Amino acid sequence: MAEPLLRVENLIKRFGGLVATDKLSMEVTPGELHAIIGPNGAGKTTLISQLTGQLVPDSGAIYFAGRDITNLPPYERSRLGLARSFQITSLLRDFTAADNVALAAQAHAGHSYRFWADARKEQPLREAARAALARVGLDKRADVPVSELSHGEQRELELAVALATKPQLLLLDEPMAGLGITESQRMVALLKELRKEVTIVLVEHDMEAVFALADRITVLVYGRVIASGKPDEIRSNEEVKRAYLGDQHAVTSQG
Amino acid sequence: MKSALNLRNVVVVLVIAGLVLLPVYSALTGKVFILTMFTRIIILALAAASLNLIMGYGGMMSFGHAAYLGIGGYAVGILAFEGTGSGFIQWPVALLASALFALVIGALSLRTRGVYFIMITLAFAQMAYYIASSLSRYGADDGLTIYKRSNFGGVVDLSNRTQFYYVCLACLLGGTYLIWRIVNSRFGLVVQGVRSNEQRMQAIGFNANRYRLVCFVISGTICGLAGALLANNTDFVSPAVMYWTRSGDLMVMVILGGMGTLFGPVIGAIVFLLLEELLSQVTEYWAMIMGPLLLLIVLFARGGIMGLLGRFSRG
Amino acid sequence: MLVVVEQSLNGLQFGLLLFLLAAGLTLVFGIMDFVNLAHGSLYMMGAYFAATFVAWTGNFILGAVMALGATLLLGILLEFVALRHLYGRDHLDHVLATFGLILFFNDAVRLIWGPAGLALPLPAWLTVPVQLLPGVYYPAYRLSIIAVALLVAALLYVVVMRTRIGMLIRAGASNREMIGALGINIKLLFTLVFGLGAALAGLAGLMQAPILTVQIGMGENILILAFVIIVIGGIGSIRGAFMAAIFVGMIDTLGRAFLPDLLRKVLSSTAASTAAPALSSMLIYLLMAIVLVVRPEGLFPAAKR
Repeated sequence: MAEPLLRVENLIKRFGGLVATDKLSMEVTPGELHAIIGPNGAGKTTLISQLTGQLVPDSGAIYFAGRDITNLPPYERSRLGLARSFQITSLLRDFTAADNVALAAQAHAGHSYRFWADARKEQPLREAARAALARVGLDKRADVPVSELSHGEQRELELAVALATKPQLLLLDEPMAGLGITESQRMVALLKELRKEVTIVLVEHDMEAVFALADRITVLVYGRVIASGKPDEIRSNEEVKRAYLGDQHAVTSQG
Repeated sequence: MKSALNLRNVVVVLVIAGLVLLPVYSALTGKVFILTMFTRIIILALAAASLNLIMGYGGMMSFGHAAYLGIGGYAVGILAFEGTGSGFIQWPVALLASALFALVIGALSLRTRGVYFIMITLAFAQMAYYIASSLSRYGADDGLTIYKRSNFGGVVDLSNRTQFYYVCLACLLGGTYLIWRIVNSRFGLVVQGVRSNEQRMQAIGFNANRYRLVCFVISGTICGLAGALLANNTDFVSPAVMYWTRSGDLMVMVILGGMGTLFGPVIGAIVFLLLEELLSQVTEYWAMIMGPLLLLIVLFARGGIMGLLGRFSRG
Repeated sequence: MLVVVEQSLNGLQFGLLLFLLAAGLTLVFGIMDFVNLAHGSLYMMGAYFAATFVAWTGNFILGAVMALGATLLLGILLEFVALRHLYGRDHLDHVLATFGLILFFNDAVRLIWGPAGLALPLPAWLTVPVQLLPGVYYPAYRLSIIAVALLVAALLYVVVMRTRIGMLIRAGASNREMIGALGINIKLLFTLVFGLGAALAGLAGLMQAPILTVQIGMGENILILAFVIIVIGGIGSIRGAFMAAIFVGMIDTLGRAFLPDLLRKVLSSTAASTAAPALSSMLIYLLMAIVLVVRPEGLFPAAKR
């Protein structure tokens, strides 16, 4: 088996008395699409935030491409090739779609202590932005301010921004959240394309999408990993059925 | 892009033209006071423009910006007092001292956010104020008279009223142009991105605080230049220029004109200081009118004058 | 030694006074999320009202009580007419609007009372020195300031910690949405809290009036000190405000009293006399800077659980 791209060891995170991440260990191998599922409050977003550096774990370690990144700030992780999308859309609302993506490209194209030249006229950045926008089907909407994009378009833009940082690993926090049926289908199709190019960790409530896309699935309950394996193994795992899939309907309807 | 010929731009062009031609008007009519008054307005407009860089574009609400006016001024005053009259030394020292001060207080203040940031910048400016008040060699509370303006050899003569006016105007227009370049540069986009959504900028790979700090230093440096000009204009520098109400005045100019617009602070400074001048001619108690006026502006004219003009030109 | 006792008491007295000011500020700040620069103006108005009413009535206590009532009313009026429209706005809007109010109040005072300061003479029974320890005398008036301020602090503690309204106030300071969810008349609660804050500021002003001259701008320096206190103490925390106020009052007073002599031991006499006043004024700001660098949310952040 290949050297894991992402390795998490005994991660613990507490909020007051609540243990949000409980001795969590997992591995993501290069090229796979690894889904993380679990009922609401299972600590999925907390985990993602620790992986990207928004939150610092109380103990444990995170290795990315063999390097200990446990204590690196978010911007340095991004430079190593770790990108994320946010569960609640988090974009620069007063910028255009193209600006949002171009800034992401800019972050990874030399330094940004350039004070004189007009950044919006830097062709390589603009082209990178166009390419990433085209990738998610937003090229026609490049010059529209984010605040005027539809919810579905904003989710796609989230993805384009993450892609523009040329990541090795893409952490997607519920990319399907709040999308309608056709929009969801487009997103699944898009993810199917993307997974050929980049390793993906996908947190998602939409079980249909997860089982259609994932190579492996890790199931979290109360911050602990209760099962990890191929979709078929997860489907037939008794503990998962008991703890989670038993009330799948309740969970997905809240999605 | 929208049409260049909107009300906003027309107003801006008219204002610039008016400022350029003002000395001619003053010479023709013999109204010297207009020139002196506008020299001061232009200098404070530069200070407001520098504040706008961090406040409007960077989202950093500094309540201590007048400190740089004092630092720039004292750099000129102290050097003049100690016998160094050359502007080629005085002004770079003024800029450097302001930049250093901004670097130190910025590095400390930027650990905080929101109201805490407003208050800590205020506190640092007050510290600078008290330091200046204690410089007994340089006049302490009473301030320091500058007997000779900065000497630029044969290049310009700052004691000539008209030449000094144009130097100030050149600094203002040059400063505004610089800010415009910065705002649209890679650096400027990052700073504005951080204002808009810091978490997102961190996530795509920017060290947000480092960019904030550099922006803070640039702004302080430009304001230090305004300080050097102001000291030359009044031939005097005292702790009073750093008093916290002065920082408040600068904030008011920025908001009044329109925060985050290029020429807003210039318009804001002109309107604020002219209003102050006019009201003080009508009544000794002009602040009784100015105060509630500010309240009304905050309540009803968000976006400042530039915002209003923008609304009109959209119909 | 005598001087140390006396200056410590002065520090305590000043600190308690600052607490009265800071308590109102931190409540308004914590609950309404409102930055009120005009709080210092209310302090000034308290002092002017007191000077006027005491002169009218010829009775110190009666005049003081009337002044307290007048500041309370003024605070409520101010909240009702102007400030309530600013809740929920940006902090910057608050800063500007209340900055305008400072300009207004300063000139209004100049118009009504004139540019020269006023004096508020003390009645004879408050001027006598009280013997605290054998050989240690302390002015009765300053002692009564300490007593009144401690009483008010205790009262405030009881109100905030033990009553229903106090519960709402605390709930509001740590979680603003919650009081809305409880179905409380928020507008009324806000007006009351603002009035309470104004009255506390007025009380501080009128008590300080006999010690200093009553003058325009007296509220501004002390306002900044009060802000420093709530920032050090943690915004919204009464307990933090109390600790920080005593701390700041002590440091400020003792610094001013003893720093010049201390410096003279290290530096030359002229250098010391130059540096001492600046250093003692700066001490507080230095303290705040240090606190914010180490604990960016103050020592007792109210919002944290």
